[in-house]
Amino acid sequence: MEEELYTVSVYTENNIGLLNRISAIFQRRHINVESLNTSASEIDGVSRFTIVVRVTEDQIKKIIGQIDKQIEVIKAYYHRDEDTIYQESCLFKIKSDLLFEERQIQNIIKESNARIVTVNKEFFVLEKSGRKEEIDLLHRELSVFGIMQFTRSGRIAVTKEEMKISKMLQAFNQ
Amino acid sequence: MNTQTENKTQTTIDKTDCISGSEAVIKCLLAEGVDILYGYPGGAIMPVYDELFKYRNEIHHVLTRHEQGATHAAQGYARISGKVGVAMATSGPGATNLVTGLADAQIDSTPMVCITGQVASHLLGSDAFQETDIIGISTPVTKWNHQVTKASEIPEVLAKAFYIAKSGRPGPVLVDITKDAQFEEFDFKYEKCTGVRSYNPVPKIDSAAVLEAAKLINAAKKPMIVWGQGIILGQAEAELKAVIEKGGIPAAWTILGASAIPTSHPLNIGMVGMHGNYAPNMLTNECDVLIAIGMRFDDRVTGNLDTYAKQAKVIHFEIDPAEVDKNVKTDVAVLGNAKTSLQELLPLLQEKTYPEWHNKFKDLYAIEFEKVIKDDLHPTKEGLTMGEVLKEINIQTNGNAAIVSDVGQHQMIACRYAKFNKTKSNITSGGLGTMGFALPAAIGAKMAAPDREVVAIIGDGGYQMTIQELGTIFQQKVPVKIVVLNNEFLGMVRQWQQLFFDKRYASTEMTNPDFVAIAKGYFIDAQKVTKRKDLKAAVKEMIDSDGPYFLEVRVEKEANVFPMIPSGASVSDIRLS
Ligand SMILES: Cc1ncc(C[n+]2csc(CCOP(=O)(O)OP(=O)(O)O)c2C)c(N)n1
Repeated sequence: MEEELYTVSVYTENNIGLLNRISAIFQRRHINVESLNTSASEIDGVSRFTIVVRVTEDQIKKIIGQIDKQIEVIKAYYHRDEDTIYQESCLFKIKSDLLFEERQIQNIIKESNARIVTVNKEFFVLEKSGRKEEIDLLHRELSVFGIMQFTRSGRIAVTKEEMKISKMLQAFNQ
Repeated sequence: MNTQTENKTQTTIDKTDCISGSEAVIKCLLAEGVDILYGYPGGAIMPVYDELFKYRNEIHHVLTRHEQGATHAAQGYARISGKVGVAMATSGPGATNLVTGLADAQIDSTPMVCITGQVASHLLGSDAFQETDIIGISTPVTKWNHQVTKASEIPEVLAKAFYIAKSGRPGPVLVDITKDAQFEEFDFKYEKCTGVRSYNPVPKIDSAAVLEAAKLINAAKKPMIVWGQGIILGQAEAELKAVIEKGGIPAAWTILGASAIPTSHPLNIGMVGMHGNYAPNMLTNECDVLIAIGMRFDDRVTGNLDTYAKQAKVIHFEIDPAEVDKNVKTDVAVLGNAKTSLQELLPLLQEKTYPEWHNKFKDLYAIEFEKVIKDDLHPTKEGLTMGEVLKEINIQTNGNAAIVSDVGQHQMIACRYAKFNKTKSNITSGGLGTMGFALPAAIGAKMAAPDREVVAIIGDGGYQMTIQELGTIFQQKVPVKIVVLNNEFLGMVRQWQQLFFDKRYASTEMTNPDFVAIAKGYFIDAQKVTKRKDLKAAVKEMIDSDGPYFLEVRVEKEANVFPMIPSGASVSDIRLS
């Protein structure tokens, strides 16, 4: 079976220690996590993990089973790229001189739909949200001029299909 | 402070009461019906021990000689009683000494609650004296764990701990309580936990899957059942028996499934796996429908997965969805508790017998008997065999004993040859293979079932891993029977060295102490047998004795356990010599 990129969505109770349990599931199997994001979800008191991994479908099914089994996990799902709307976000810190002296930088910013967050005498900060490839492209283009600092977030994603978590929680409360 | 006894069966204690966190711990244990716990004190758990002193008439604390012993004793207690075993330890080294028992209970699905003391919450993360991150350390080996830093959390967390430990697929839970939380006072109120919203312990049975399973079974020409501990944990022994008998289906067991159906049952065809019986292993690769019930296709059972039961349709009855298709791809998965699933299956089954198919098992048994069993049980050579010791124990206990075995050759021999009439009679470390398990586990087993004969079968290697628990046996006056089968080797490893490492016996020969003198040093009656003619009388003396008893039997030094599936080989490549 071929390896593919999968996005894993995990709805959980908001609990200390769960990150440890979930990441251990990948660690034990020597699976490299491409990105991991945890945040609040649409439901009060329920957190959401978004994890991106490159594995086979067979592997991801077993992993989902193991994640789902953790006591504080409400439900885990996996999706292919085409089933989700996803974004990453990144920040570039660049010397301010460049902004004024290099015409091309201004074009790059415009064409990439990046946003200038702040400018001061020494540096300016550029923010860009988008798909991985868009961010990669911007990174390549700006590297030519020199980047002082660069950081990017993990993927965040919503699915096209409903995930029915609220219904599951309602059923429990009844 | 109020010290009145709570009614142990009462679910809710509504009387609110301002008490300390440590007293709350005891009250929670009492509310959960705990009357015995195993542990070892130390600084960070002293407040709870101080309360235990006050409640000593209601809850019996067993001071083991090592925290590992406390966990195995709690496991032995849980395995024979079906209840939750409880172990307690202090922070730091006390807590880390629990890890082996936690891992063992996790892989063997044993319900256990461990309570550890922790440094005061303001010291957490400061590398304080005897601080370890036991939550981090125990995460991979617990079903759930939690650190409590406020006394008011204690009732809810402990209630949840017991619920999680025993529900669904059982397992070990660890609750770590900071010292300040043990001292803090609060209004106590206890409510048993009946559900956790993110946890679905028993999946709903899909009747369509049961129907499909029944159809496959009814259409089979060579069906075979392999059951595991799920039968015992789910209390589905009667249901399994009914299914086997109505369907006429030959049924084999995994090591942890042993004793669920009496050994003498005509459709009981023996043990599967690396040192299992010849017939069920061979015929796994010939059956047309393989019905796995409450077992998880451990690699010690399946051997090489590429060749395992490839010709068969596989039906898997399983409570843990994560086990389905994990190792063996199934055709029909029936999720849920084995008891309920089998109850649903039974009326759908046709009454059948498969005389020809059954004869195949008998023929292969005859071969195994000729090549292996005869020499194990009725040896003609001079040296004593482990098998004949087991046979003698079977005879003198009428197959009614609970056998607690350690890990190694003697374990395989014990599981192969022990005769079981009753369920929950085989207590052994299956999934982890923990040497040192048996002696403390036997303590817990005997305390949980004082009316039963509990015989521990241990190798000379494993015995010395937890030999200090003789002190516990003596202090608590636990009348367990301890049999050490002494081959002066780490026998199982030596066997592998002989077969696969050109007989290079690297560090497996053991020079042993005078075991009888050691037992006597702990004031335990003891004797040693080196000759066949003395075996019967020695076993009789042991079984007849009222107190704990130690019996050492000098067995052949270089005997091997067969049949054997070399690791990684196919189950049908099973060797008889
Ligand atoms: C704690 C632990 N350490 C190491 C092992 C590896 N091991 C498995 S069987 C065995 C030999 C056991 O020897 P003994 O207790 O004398 O029993 P025998 O095989 O001779 O019956 C060893 C070392 C283990 N299972 N557990």
